[in-house]
Amino acid sequence: MSIEVRHVTKTFGDFTALADISLQIHSGQLLALLGPSGCGKTTLLKIVAGLEQPDSGQLLFEGVDATNKHVTERGIGFVFQHYALFRHMTVFDNIAFGLNVKPRRLRPSKAQIHDKVHRLLKMVQLDWLADAYPSQLSGGQRQRIALARSLAVEPQVLLLDEPFGALDARVRKDLRRWLRQLHDEIHLTSIFVTHDQEEALEVSDRVVVMNHGQIEQVGTPDEIYEHPASAFVTQFLGDVNLFHGRIQDEQFTRGDYTQPLAPGNIHGNSDDEVTAYIRPHDIELTQDASNALDRGTIEHVHAIGPVVRLELARAGSSDPIEVVMTRERYRILGLNPGDTVYVKPRKMAVFTRNKASAVA
Amino acid sequence: MNTHFRRTEKSWIRILLTAIALVFVLLFIALPMLLVFAEAFSRGWAFYRDTLSESDAISAISLTLLTAAIAVPLNVIFGVAAAWAIARFNFRGKSFLITLIDLPFSVSPVVAGLMYLLLFGNQTALGVWLDAHDLKIIFAVPGIVLATTFVTFPFVARELIPLMQSQGADEEQAALVLGAGSLQTLWHVTLPNIKWGLLYGVILTNARAMGEFGAVSVISGHIRGVTNTIPLHVEILYNEFNIAGAFVCASVLALLAIVTLILKSIIEWRQHRSHQQSLRRSGNPTQPGAGSRIGVATAISAT
Repeated sequence: MSIEVRHVTKTFGDFTALADISLQIHSGQLLALLGPSGCGKTTLLKIVAGLEQPDSGQLLFEGVDATNKHVTERGIGFVFQHYALFRHMTVFDNIAFGLNVKPRRLRPSKAQIHDKVHRLLKMVQLDWLADAYPSQLSGGQRQRIALARSLAVEPQVLLLDEPFGALDARVRKDLRRWLRQLHDEIHLTSIFVTHDQEEALEVSDRVVVMNHGQIEQVGTPDEIYEHPASAFVTQFLGDVNLFHGRIQDEQFTRGDYTQPLAPGNIHGNSDDEVTAYIRPHDIELTQDASNALDRGTIEHVHAIGPVVRLELARAGSSDPIEVVMTRERYRILGLNPGDTVYVKPRKMAVFTRNKASAVA
Repeated sequence: MNTHFRRTEKSWIRILLTAIALVFVLLFIALPMLLVFAEAFSRGWAFYRDTLSESDAISAISLTLLTAAIAVPLNVIFGVAAAWAIARFNFRGKSFLITLIDLPFSVSPVVAGLMYLLLFGNQTALGVWLDAHDLKIIFAVPGIVLATTFVTFPFVARELIPLMQSQGADEEQAALVLGAGSLQTLWHVTLPNIKWGLLYGVILTNARAMGEFGAVSVISGHIRGVTNTIPLHVEILYNEFNIAGAFVCASVLALLAIVTLILKSIIEWRQHRSHQQSLRRSGNPTQPGAGSRIGVATAISAT
């Protein structure tokens, strides 16, 4: 079922949670709403669910206005961050709940309900827990049961509110992968909210990056990562190093360093003051000073799992330059704390000091 | 229960604190209760039976039970409704409502009784109207029920409001999303979650309704055999120097309280037992092997 959000605004007192949001979600897509706390992503999700009402704007399901449809009639499934399982009911009764509360004429028979619940339990590989109570389950098990419960009523849309936020790292990774597989099998239009960029990039078909109640960028995970539309998106998706410079004749310049920018990607005029955003793993360190972006002295070297992270002190800024490289590369370079090295970027995103964008 | 308390205090502190609590309970609760029963039976079983079979005593007991039977359900309905409104919604006048609910606590029961006396008495237009239509409120059973309901107003609500606020609305929202109507949500989700708080509120309400003296005393008119509850009857017997008789009636109240508490314990014990049974039935639910390997076994097919 396709969903369209049209010019939705929502305020809570003085606080604007959503400012004129418009968004199209195609049927069968797995969409991530990504952003920091307070950006409005959960509010938007709850408006789609019908748990909140927008102050203005429209919501359309398959082209039909559903803005005033009551939450019980929207045919959606919702998975909460803290599971919201009915604590006094067994797992079986939890999953069967949506079927048991249907009006008499639409309600399936007891045998049908029994079959369906057990099929769902098998799908989440927890059918041995049918008689347990939620308090006896682990976090990962509870979330899987919550998912099975929401799927029991065969919703047309699945909404997930930071579904893995309350789980520990290993379980989170497993469930992330599992959700992706599930979506590949049943192609249910799904929207999930997260503040974890890794999760959004790994699981979803499309990502909507939000900040302060507005949409910063919409695109596939690749598009968002390779071509961020603003400084905010760049900084939100991972660590970045900042270098201030200027645009001159379609080139980024900083001291003696120049870097031609990709044509057609330039937003800004000559002599604009800009900032280059460079990811730690897109930096090359050399002893060769020619056309170097900057120079730094290695202060700290941390070996973390498969990579080595170096912190370089530089002149003119108290923020160190962060560089990440493989252990192999580090070994070949033979660097040590105290060495002076030159910084050369492989890739950068350049933005004017105010807003957006020019990418090299 | 699987709680394990780590002993962090020195044992003498533990013993001292436990001893203080026990002494308090013994001195101020257990001993007086035992004395009530001892005095009640001091003149023998025949005296006990005769005191309670007096027509005045019987009508006092039945009026007490009737008052409780009306006041408790009324306050349960009000308490649940108020708690749901306060814990789940924001509306104008919410803090006013909360203050209003606490009012009966701060007002002396005698003042409460007087309040109703004046409201329905001949000083107001309402009182004159009632008198003209021969509707008796004050110095009659309806007045007693009203006064009792007023003083027991806050118990259920005050028990449920913090409980519902701490539980959060997630489960109820989940029920709505799954298609349950408001009444279904109330019945299947809200009430079972608050049942212990509700039970405790009912016990408090019941105890206070049966034992209320001040407000009922003012509004009842003390008409023997008609508008006397057990507490009022105890006062009458005491004032007639029938001390043992007064204790007999007091022991009835004490007995009603004990019965209520036993009922509560039975319900709690049965709940605990069914929980333990389901624990045993599903083996050890959190085996390490079970949760780690995840895959999508079968897809859901449309029926």
